[in-house]
Amino acid sequence: MELLTNQILAGIATGAIYACMALAVVMIYQAIDHLNFAQGEMAMFSTFMAWQMMQWGVPYWAAFVLTLILSFIGGIAIERLLFKPLAKAPILTNVAGFIALFAIVNSVAGLIWDFTIKQFPSPFGSAPFLGSQLISTHQAGMIGVTIGLLVLLFLFFRFTRIGLAMRAAATLPESARLVGINTSWMIALGWGMASAIGAIAGLLIAPVVFLEPNMMGGVLIYGFAAAVLGGLSSPLGAVVGGFLVGIFENLVGTYIPGAGNELKLPIALALIVIVLVVKPSGLFGHTVIKRV
Amino acid sequence: MTAMLDIKDLRAYYGQVQALHGLEFHLKEGSMTTLLGANGAGKTTTLRAICNMVRSTGTIEFEGKPLSGKSTENIVRLGIAHVPQGRGTFTTMTVEENLQLGAISRSDRAGIADDVERMYDHFPVLKQRHTQQAGTLSGGEQQMLAVARALMLRPRLMLLDEPSFGLAPLIVRDLFKILGKINREHKVTILVVEQNAQLALELADTAYVIETGRIVMSGSAKDISNNEDVRKSYLGY
Repeated sequence: MELLTNQILAGIATGAIYACMALAVVMIYQAIDHLNFAQGEMAMFSTFMAWQMMQWGVPYWAAFVLTLILSFIGGIAIERLLFKPLAKAPILTNVAGFIALFAIVNSVAGLIWDFTIKQFPSPFGSAPFLGSQLISTHQAGMIGVTIGLLVLLFLFFRFTRIGLAMRAAATLPESARLVGINTSWMIALGWGMASAIGAIAGLLIAPVVFLEPNMMGGVLIYGFAAAVLGGLSSPLGAVVGGFLVGIFENLVGTYIPGAGNELKLPIALALIVIVLVVKPSGLFGHTVIKRV
Repeated sequence: MTAMLDIKDLRAYYGQVQALHGLEFHLKEGSMTTLLGANGAGKTTTLRAICNMVRSTGTIEFEGKPLSGKSTENIVRLGIAHVPQGRGTFTTMTVEENLQLGAISRSDRAGIADDVERMYDHFPVLKQRHTQQAGTLSGGEQQMLAVARALMLRPRLMLLDEPSFGLAPLIVRDLFKILGKINREHKVTILVVEQNAQLALELADTAYVIETGRIVMSGSAKDISNNEDVRKSYLGY
């Protein structure tokens, strides 16, 4: 029983990271209807920037905030330079753009910081959380930050005018322009936010998986699985999907003999395929009520 | 008096297909004008060209300033509200959010809150349903919402594309009464494209008839509705 509880809690903790990645993926998917294959690499690059700042002696939380700001600006810059010109291009052109971005960011990170793994500190430490052996303070921190992030995003989209404008631009771009919304900048803003959210995921997972240019590969696939499971049109779904995928991954690894670590990733991919076949809109993908 | 909207030699294209062939007309400030024509004559295209939603050449001047080269959102911000065909309702959002979106380019929070209340006075049904998802409203209610959303901009000019489409005759009467009131009381110049020519001519002061992308007739609404050709083609008697 303790093993089960332990595995579920650990699953929720890694699930928090998948939730952040899924959230970032959903933000961009909502804005431009494409999956950003480079989301993980952007997050990795952000994490390296934070690491570099800490090497230069910047305290953790200052580096954290600076990294989020730089990632936000970087996300906007990528959209303006690379994807705005591709806005009207066919899907495959965009896919090629994402793959190019993936390769470029990965190689540049390897060039600057090389491919050896690096230790990355946790701001929460690794002591047992509240004296319990079930979960560490870092795992509790990952969960807390993710939930806090979700609440902030909810408040932003629900109660601010800019959040309302972003939602309008994502759902009906033409109508949005007809009320005076600059939809092009709303997309750029979505990229900036997705990039910053991805950076949070990177900063939280780096102490667990160690820092290196390929650290986000597997994480992003779980993030995609989470986004698909929750429904690509639903940020809440992405987060719930993230937690579910995290728990699922851990339980399968623990209880299915032979599955172990080798089969965890194929299981995430199988999950994507199953959801797309059985319920393409995902658990929370909204069905629009229409009356004419 | 100079025209509020002055259109000269307007040509519009969908890919290789030319939809407007040198359209010329103008709107007087404070007027209510209707653009009549058969399906495919270019009525919708004309409205879309004004807001730069279709590729076009020629000159369009709003209050003496050319609109060419401006993006749709910047044209709207000059005070031109456009209620598109199919209403453009944000169906997944609430009625109140739709109204807030209408005023998204304004920054006077108190004024916006006042205007929301005014819209609820104009359209009491919207007040009853203000927390409801807009997609659950009936067609007539959605059209009221679309008009209210456009008014939230505090427009100087309002473009309406077939507001009566798909509505019951009684509701259409109500809607046109409200449009007349908006035109008179709020001094909003209105250009309405309509299939329901009879009603549009009753309400408008000026009318243009458009055929295959050209203006073929213009005059006061009264003259146009007494014209025999128009009666035969558009009024059916």
